[in-house]
Amino acid sequence: MIATVLAAAPAGAAMSSTPFVAIFTVFVLAIFVGYYVVWGVTPALHTPLMAVTNALSSIVIVGAMLQTVTIDGSVFTPTSLLGAFAVFLASINIFGGFAVTERMLSMFKPKVKKAPVVDADNGGDA
Amino acid sequence: MSDLTNFIATNADWFYLVGAILFVLTLRGLSSPKTAIRGNRFGMAAMAIAVITTFFLAEGPILWMIVGAMVLGAVVGMWKARTVAMTQMPETVALMHSFVGLAAVAIALATVLHTEEAYSTITRLELFIGCFIGAITFSASFFAFGKLAAKSWAKTLVGGWVKPVQAILFIAMIGFGAVYFMTDSLPAFYAMTVLAIIFGWMWIAPIGGGDMPVVVSLLNSFSGWAAAGIGFTLGNSMLIIAGSLVGSSGAILSYIMCKAMNRSLLNVLFGGMGTTAAAAGGDDGAPKNYKAGSAEDAGFLMSNASNVVIVPGYGMAQGRAQNAVKELYELLKEEGVNVRFAIHPVAGRMPGHMNVLLAEADVPYDDILEMDEINSDFASTDVVLVIGANDVVNPSAKEDPTSPIFGMPILEVTKAQTVMVIKRSMSTGYAGLDNSLFYMDKTMMIFGDAKKMVEEMVRSINGGGH
Repeated sequence: MIATVLAAAPAGAAMSSTPFVAIFTVFVLAIFVGYYVVWGVTPALHTPLMAVTNALSSIVIVGAMLQTVTIDGSVFTPTSLLGAFAVFLASINIFGGFAVTERMLSMFKPKVKKAPVVDADNGGDA
Repeated sequence: MSDLTNFIATNADWFYLVGAILFVLTLRGLSSPKTAIRGNRFGMAAMAIAVITTFFLAEGPILWMIVGAMVLGAVVGMWKARTVAMTQMPETVALMHSFVGLAAVAIALATVLHTEEAYSTITRLELFIGCFIGAITFSASFFAFGKLAAKSWAKTLVGGWVKPVQAILFIAMIGFGAVYFMTDSLPAFYAMTVLAIIFGWMWIAPIGGGDMPVVVSLLNSFSGWAAAGIGFTLGNSMLIIAGSLVGSSGAILSYIMCKAMNRSLLNVLFGGMGTTAAAAGGDDGAPKNYKAGSAEDAGFLMSNASNVVIVPGYGMAQGRAQNAVKELYELLKEEGVNVRFAIHPVAGRMPGHMNVLLAEADVPYDDILEMDEINSDFASTDVVLVIGANDVVNPSAKEDPTSPIFGMPILEVTKAQTVMVIKRSMSTGYAGLDNSLFYMDKTMMIFGDAKKMVEEMVRSINGGGH
């Protein structure tokens, strides 16, 4: 019984046997990478930065998907429903976050070196 | 299992590595507006790789449920992304933070309920930390959302009872977490989650609107740590890397915001609001005189100047004046005036708020300068136009050691020849402080709605220029 539960559960995927110190190393080094990369972000783009990091932290969708699984053959379990709910929330952020970032970034434009156009009507002929 | 499925499942960690690299490049791209869009696309690609890989990795996934939830989320998310106004970005970002927090809580609960087997000590510790960070992120961000969107339920809590209650909630939350950690008791886990949600709310509720840039940045950071926490539970390095990147990003933003207000993070979070110090600075009871002027005068002055600097603040966002401001900018440019914008790091309600609004109105980013870039230019500026900003141009921050904002870096507009301030009335800013700038000889106050006043300036320049 227990063996089947463990086999059906994504136990191998969910509860990794990787030593804790190994993933902790990844964690610490990633903080350093984040520290240096984020200081390089121009202050003008701090709002898009927040929006895109929102989408990025919705990578928790991976964890949500691993819980939206059948357990002992049953589909509707508290685990799968909570998992699906988390997939839904994370998807809002992923699609919404990237899309709104794209929308904001497309607004940032450099100065266009245009001819001193005053009247749009006269600009065309010449 | 087909060959492809097998290949992806056994090599999942390699795919996750590619995703993690792309995530770093996403943030790297934001170093300049030129590369930012490419960076955003890297982020999308990374997310797609992660999601597809996970489909192959999950054992017994309920496909229709996962895909259904995703499609539903995608529809809601895309709709929101398309329709949200740029002035609503602060509350939208806060709401999205709360979704990450709630998702993390749901995942932690799902994991706890997944098996009858007791989890290992270290996994229990990870679940406990991941869940309470997620729960705090959820309720605190939701409150911040309400506050920023000016919802009536998001009331600022004041009173001496708040801090002791916060402390009790926090201790009880940790206590139940410890019970779960030691005994694997599910009720303790639920109790901890509920307490964390209440604590998150109580924690942010006493903080006033003006400190929201710090709070939003900090919750951004929290949402990252929540993701990293889930990553630890799953032993998935991509989650840990993405979470840490977001975590440090939010932490750096909070630091920048605090520094720009000359306050420590602890002071913002636990010091209550600056409102208690209201009227403490500078009010000696003597009647003070200010000059009021009209928008026409202002338009005339600006069109005859050679250097103009516009300082936008929250008032511009509130009055949705960015398009009128853009018109004024273009018109003055046509008249041969050198017009630039000066942005204080804490102007508005979130980091970069003003930049996004001006970008939306099509102001080129080369003419939008940060505080450090423009402060030395004020001495050679003829006219400064302050639109709905107050504390960020308050000279008391430099001159009056008794002022609560003493030491805060400001835009040194008093060095310019003439300063014009658009403001609704003489009432004080969010910090409740009087601003000596308003009473200076060189200052002209223009009372009224930001948008209307700027439109009138445009009209007067258009009409009176020839």
